[in-house]
Amino acid sequence: MNMMTRGKERLVLVGNGMAGIRTIEELLQRDPDRYEITVFGAEPHVNYNRIMLSPVLAGEKTFDQIILNDRSWYQDNNVTLLTSEKVETIDRQARTVTSAGGQTVGYDRLLLATGSDPFIIPVPGRGLPGVVTFRDMFDVEVMLRKAADGGRHAVVIGGGLLGLEAANGLAVNGMTVTVIHLMGTVMERQLDEAAGFLLQRELESRGIEVITKANTKAILGGDHVTGVLLEDGREILADLVVMAVGIRPNTALAKAAGLAVERGVVVDDHMVTSDPAILAVGECVQHRGATYGLVAPLWEMARSCADHLAGVAGAGYAGSVTSTKLKVTGIDLFSAGDFSGGKDHEDIVFRDAARGVYKRIVLKDDRIAGAVLYGDTRDGTWYFQMLREAADVSGFRDTLIFGQGFGHGLGGAVPANPKAAVAALSDTAEICGCNGVCKGAITKAIAEKGLTTLDDVRAHTKASASCGSCTGLVEQLLELSLGDGYQAAAAAKPMCKCTHHPHDDVRRLIVAGQLKSIPEVMQALEWRTPNGCHSCRPALNYYLLAAWPGEYQDDYQSRFVNERVHANIQKDGTYSVVPRMWGGLTSSKELRAIADVVDKFEIPTVKVTGGQRIDLFGVRKEDLPAVWKDLNAAGMVSGHAYAKGLRTVKTCVGSEWCRFGTQDSTGMGVKLERMTWGTWTPHKVKLAVSGCPRNCAEATIKDFGVVAVDSGWELYVAGNGGMKVRECDFLAKVETEEQVLEYCGAFLQLYREEARYLDRTAPWVERVGLDYVKKRIVEDDEGRRALNARFQFSQVFSQTDPWEERASGGVDAHEFAPLAKVG
Amino acid sequence: MAQDISSIDVSWIEVGKVADIPPAGARVVKSSQGDIAVFRTADDAVFAVRDRCPHAGGPLSQGIVHDARVTCPLHNWVIDLASGAATGPDEGCAGTYPVRVEDGVILLGLKLPAAAA
Ligand code: SRM
Ligand SMILES: Cc1cc2nc3c(=O)[nH]c(=O)nc-3n(C[C@H](O)[C@H](O)[C@H](O)COP(=O)(O)OP(=O)(O)OC[C@H]3O[C@@H](n4cnc5c(N)ncnc54)[C@H](O)[C@@H]3O)c2cc1C
Ligand code: SF4
Ligand code: FES
Repeated sequence: MNMMTRGKERLVLVGNGMAGIRTIEELLQRDPDRYEITVFGAEPHVNYNRIMLSPVLAGEKTFDQIILNDRSWYQDNNVTLLTSEKVETIDRQARTVTSAGGQTVGYDRLLLATGSDPFIIPVPGRGLPGVVTFRDMFDVEVMLRKAADGGRHAVVIGGGLLGLEAANGLAVNGMTVTVIHLMGTVMERQLDEAAGFLLQRELESRGIEVITKANTKAILGGDHVTGVLLEDGREILADLVVMAVGIRPNTALAKAAGLAVERGVVVDDHMVTSDPAILAVGECVQHRGATYGLVAPLWEMARSCADHLAGVAGAGYAGSVTSTKLKVTGIDLFSAGDFSGGKDHEDIVFRDAARGVYKRIVLKDDRIAGAVLYGDTRDGTWYFQMLREAADVSGFRDTLIFGQGFGHGLGGAVPANPKAAVAALSDTAEICGCNGVCKGAITKAIAEKGLTTLDDVRAHTKASASCGSCTGLVEQLLELSLGDGYQAAAAAKPMCKCTHHPHDDVRRLIVAGQLKSIPEVMQALEWRTPNGCHSCRPALNYYLLAAWPGEYQDDYQSRFVNERVHANIQKDGTYSVVPRMWGGLTSSKELRAIADVVDKFEIPTVKVTGGQRIDLFGVRKEDLPAVWKDLNAAGMVSGHAYAKGLRTVKTCVGSEWCRFGTQDSTGMGVKLERMTWGTWTPHKVKLAVSGCPRNCAEATIKDFGVVAVDSGWELYVAGNGGMKVRECDFLAKVETEEQVLEYCGAFLQLYREEARYLDRTAPWVERVGLDYVKKRIVEDDEGRRALNARFQFSQVFSQTDPWEERASGGVDAHEFAPLAKVG
Repeated sequence: MAQDISSIDVSWIEVGKVADIPPAGARVVKSSQGDIAVFRTADDAVFAVRDRCPHAGGPLSQGIVHDARVTCPLHNWVIDLASGAATGPDEGCAGTYPVRVEDGVILLGLKLPAAAA
């Protein structure tokens, strides 16, 4: 064939895809007559825009609309196109390629652009009909046919860019879609946790179910796929399974021909392989150690490759920095560069809860190292350009996060120098998203009505009166308008540097806004850091737990080590173990089991604590589950000696033996401990019951203390024996044991619902006043019963022995075993 | 002051998968040179730091991880994971190890004694 043009050099392209054809286009621009060009394409189509397969699947585009080069383009440029012809061998000696269909063509230059292969996870059932990948038009046709033929359930394995675009497309086609993702958040390579959370929530609101931290064990079905089995035993129905877990450079042909291949076909800066006659471009190559899965690098590769083929001197290809967008209509998302943080990295975070916006810029040495934008991606290209140019942004660092159009009506959160940024806002900038109040309206009200406090502004303008997330901004405006005349109205201190909200506001807004997870709170309340700090995360975790019993999933990475490991860390990194001894009672069986455990695990110290039980010190972390198992076997459970929760209920011996005892204080103590163990509270809680006013159990310096008298029980609250000794306040005198339990439950629940994290009952009651507590617990019978009922309800979910779960159920097994032993 | 363990001549040793460490968490690698804390941030960056706080030797692997930092469980020093250095007013450095992730597998760069390597 083509004998007429024998005088020209012969160029053969393997792979009729985006990178290959772009290279040919670039080459034709430089020198249209130098080569006689033949293209082999395994697909039956002309070159089309692969990235637009997602809109085709979603019905937003037709195949014709995504064609890049139609047949007449090939004809007009004298390019011979052989479709449905997969090249199977390269003979480097003879300089020929041969296709599956038996076509052999000789070359002077060979260009490989074979793209990538989707990675198929090696699980049973992967070959069943109904299991597809998402790479080419054929895959899209299979999916569309399945949806049209009444396929109802689709499972997409992989929550990356491709998987989510597939999931969206299938959902648009009427299928119920479940995405199974190995990691904790979707698109974790491109997004940080906060943005991943927003994306997941948006997908879920479109009816797409997302299961994270899930590993596929097998694909089920006989002659067609019927479901997917997860590692944890869950089974999900499926008529269609899309594998979108990643891609591998398609290097089979190059490898068989003996070219240098590592992860991809190794090329130099001019896209030349280890054989000078053979070049390669696109996803199949590895350049300076990197492989790529996006189109932007291909354009640059194509230019360098065309320079080389045309004999034009060029700088060569130097590698690419890439950015990502998700092509799902209605979801704006942009990510570029590195945002994993590290030394000298600085985060600037902006959240606008009302508009659902999250932006994060990572700076290093005054230059942008990475950016994640969700909900508002207008400035993505601007940031990306500065990132690629390594532009110094120190001159406008404070307003950087507001974007290129800063000063033209942007409202929202507080940048690094909040005052300057707020001053620079235009009068039409919206400050309060909930009530649509702009800056001008607020400053005008301050000036004309002589407002001086936040409450004044709330009353007159409604700004900051709803969700309160713009409170910081409104205060800035007061400060700007009034100067020194503005006293920050003894504004409660923010929880920590991650937020401007004080504890009480956060508690209130969690309930008011039905916020149910830490990322959700951080977004809605416009946290200034991407994932909080060691001070706010445990507090948020507690507030959520207290607000949504039974519903909230504990975020265990937000707990202090003791509460994660269920033992107390010691100064040498070992742990102490304290089993519960109900009301201070023990038995020969328990003592024997403790003695055995001490011998078996060579525990160095055994001590009787100030809380009437036994502490085993110096246990190695790896031994904890085994120690617990033995203690469990003797009927003992965790004493929560590590918890912001119920610690001990001290008792004295009482009427059972003591000649002065008026009531069974030991029995009362055991009942209280049985009722209250396992509860999570803002700080630790200690109880005690004494059998007479001699008070041998020191009940009047406890969080809730009970002293028996002839006619009943005296109840005391808010005592503390710690750093600042505080004697209890007398709360009430009651007659029956049932009343003691009810008052106790109600008091603890009030504390659980209203105190700030790390407040013990003493400082809390001092702040709110004993009268307030009496009003809620003593004077309001119905209110007390309701509080107690809420306490009992939350106990349903917290009275599980954490030791038993870990000793026998393997919960958090990774916590106790080293990752590896080396050397 | 910073102990530079990350110099030449290291052997790269597989110690497990990124997925073996919970996000915003850490696991310990026991080595002849002492415990090494391998951290995974919420954004899936991986760091390796000597598991000894420069303050009083606290096990950093047991701390709360936020961004690319960890708060020591004993007295709340905040350590930068990339450099191993204490942040804020505190001074000291735990020392870091070279670490690399390939296809989800974590490789630690260790200078092992000739006999063990
Ligand atoms: C073991 C024990 C001392 C002993 O050998 O007896 C003890 C040991 C610790 N106490 Fe205590 N306290 C112990 C009874 C007490 C008591 C006495 C009591 O409960 O009747 C008090 C005073 C009463 C009180 O709390 O009001 C007490 C007041 C404190 C305080 C100060 C609290 C305060 O509000 O001021 C702390 C510091 C804290 O919690 O922040 C503390 C903290 C600690 C910690 C947890 C320090 C720490 O964070 O590592 C100690 C570690 C215990 C471990 O590793 O197991 N411990 N501690 C006692 C364990 C009781 C138990 O069986 O659970
Ligand atoms: C659904 C989808 C959405 C995407 N979205 C985006 C996006 O939003 N942004 C972005 O930047 N990138 C996106 N991509 C990635 C982008 O499409 C690729 O980076 C790009 O197509 C790679 O170009 P290439 O030429 O290297 O490979 P391809 O375009 O895959 O071309 C390779 C061609 O070679 C053929 N071939 C392979 N072996 C042989 C052989 N032995 N003989 C003959 N022919 C062979 C293949 O059949 C294929 O047609 C997306 C990809 C997919 C599948
Ligand atoms: S009194 Fe101080 S030293 Fe003693 S156990 Fe309590 S916290 Fe530790
Ligand atoms: S040992 Fe780490 S802070 Fe004290």
